[in-house]
Amino acid sequence: MLRLLEIEFIKLWNSRVSKFLIIAYFFLLTSIALIAAIKFDIGPIKFHLAKEGIFNFPYIWHFNTFVAAFFKLFLAIVIVSMMANEYSNKTIKQNLIDGLSKREFVLSKFLTVVGFSAISTVFIFVVSLILGLIYSDFNEISIILSDLEFLFAFFIKLIGFFSFCLFLGMLVKRSAFALGFLILWQFIEGMIYLVLRWKFDENFASNVLTFLPLNAMSNLIKEPFTRLGAVKSVAQQIGEDISYDFGVQWYEILIVLVWTALFVYWSYLILKKRDL
Amino acid sequence: MDTILTINNLTKKFGKLVAVNDLSFTIEKGNVYGLLGPNGSGKSTTLGIVLNVVNKTSGNFSWFDGKTSTHEALKKVGAIIERPNFYPYMSAEKNLKLVCKIKGVATGKIREKLELVGLWDRKDSNFSTYSLGMKQRLAIASALLNDPEILILDEPTNGLDPQGIHQIRELITKIANTGTTILLASHLLDEVEKVCSHVVVLRKGVKLYSGRVDEMIASHGFFELKTEDNKKLSTFLKNHPSIKDVIAKNGTITAFLNEPMDAATFNEYLFKEGFVLSHLVKRKESLEEQFLALTNNESK
Repeated sequence: MLRLLEIEFIKLWNSRVSKFLIIAYFFLLTSIALIAAIKFDIGPIKFHLAKEGIFNFPYIWHFNTFVAAFFKLFLAIVIVSMMANEYSNKTIKQNLIDGLSKREFVLSKFLTVVGFSAISTVFIFVVSLILGLIYSDFNEISIILSDLEFLFAFFIKLIGFFSFCLFLGMLVKRSAFALGFLILWQFIEGMIYLVLRWKFDENFASNVLTFLPLNAMSNLIKEPFTRLGAVKSVAQQIGEDISYDFGVQWYEILIVLVWTALFVYWSYLILKKRDL
Repeated sequence: MDTILTINNLTKKFGKLVAVNDLSFTIEKGNVYGLLGPNGSGKSTTLGIVLNVVNKTSGNFSWFDGKTSTHEALKKVGAIIERPNFYPYMSAEKNLKLVCKIKGVATGKIREKLELVGLWDRKDSNFSTYSLGMKQRLAIASALLNDPEILILDEPTNGLDPQGIHQIRELITKIANTGTTILLASHLLDEVEKVCSHVVVLRKGVKLYSGRVDEMIASHGFFELKTEDNKKLSTFLKNHPSIKDVIAKNGTITAFLNEPMDAATFNEYLFKEGFVLSHLVKRKESLEEQFLALTNNESK
């Protein structure tokens, strides 16, 4: 397993473009901290975002994982091209001839995806923890450690999304087309929703949408902004801030895990069936 | 003798086209094999199948004793097919390190192999800056990293300039002399003739011949002769029992043997019969002539 990761690391780290994008991605993850610097000071209106409670534990886990997930597109480029370039350089052929099995080839890519997701999760954990410790109004250990399922959901979300990228790279063989297809797929999911809502009813349409890959991934971490308002008002009234609807549901995790397994298996199947 | 590769009734179809048709042969350790055939005869497809990059339609093949899986076996094989494929943004040395990781061998041999192919002083240049000849030599270095049981080369001199061709051929001869088993696929007959002891001849996916190069056509060779009265000599030879055919052309008589006879005996015999030769050469058909004869016979 370590050998496969090492092989992928050599391939990625020696490519200047991949290296740049990877560094840029982690730099952007850190830049979440810059939100703290948003300050308005216009005459009588004084507004400092960091003081408005967005960095309060445990809300910060939800907020930061949600925002950080947008940056995954950067890494998506790296992952799609690390698969597609093996085709355009024909190195996939040479790798197999040199004695890498098809299973190992797909596994090495998947392990890299898991590695990227794990490092991202640890990264966002550390950045959020530091921001929280500086700005949060609550610093009790029990509060800090609550709602950590958002980090787990973030991890699963990244694995799912990157596996989708791997699969597209394998299927389409060209980075640009694969990325185009990724965007197209987002529209296709929207179209499916609209058609179903038109043919049947809204309830059925949104139920189906829950199972489509990209939507399932974005469902994992729901938007945190309305919760911020809710937290305020609820907290004011009864001092409670847990609103279950915003949480991560187990079946949503399961749906994404099933898609991940399918994407990896399909990638393997394509490689197995294809004459190179 | 140890068997390295066994192929049994291998068939590959691309839609309606049959690229490899019921092919069987074996590769024994220590020999240098040529896989001969015109373009599109199924050479590369056959190699692709045994190298795990093309799926067979039917039949089977096994590496070594038949117990190792293909990808494990390939770690003991060195192969280059078609163009050299490396990561263009990586230096030669880094590319070779990656190959070592894949094959699971130590990186200690990189220097030795790069020196063998004469690329050590360019080890830090990116692969993309290499000329085709250098790329091909790097591919050979890469294939040799694991000191393979067999070296498989598919058209190694394709597209190279005369100097590049010469370098690659010298390299192959050098490697063959170390006792490494080689399978060389080519449509260049003189190339195969120079280095190979055995050949497998393919045409349109069908095997026409497999065996030793010198037994490819049961032939005892021929004499090229010149004398003062060519006409008289040809009439004389036509009636000789050891000669099956006589062709007189451009002042030279070519007499084909149907039983073994050496030049000295033949010369002495003719001298006694009153023919004084001004030119006598004994030759065997070149591989090219044999190959053309073989492919033509089959197509009739």
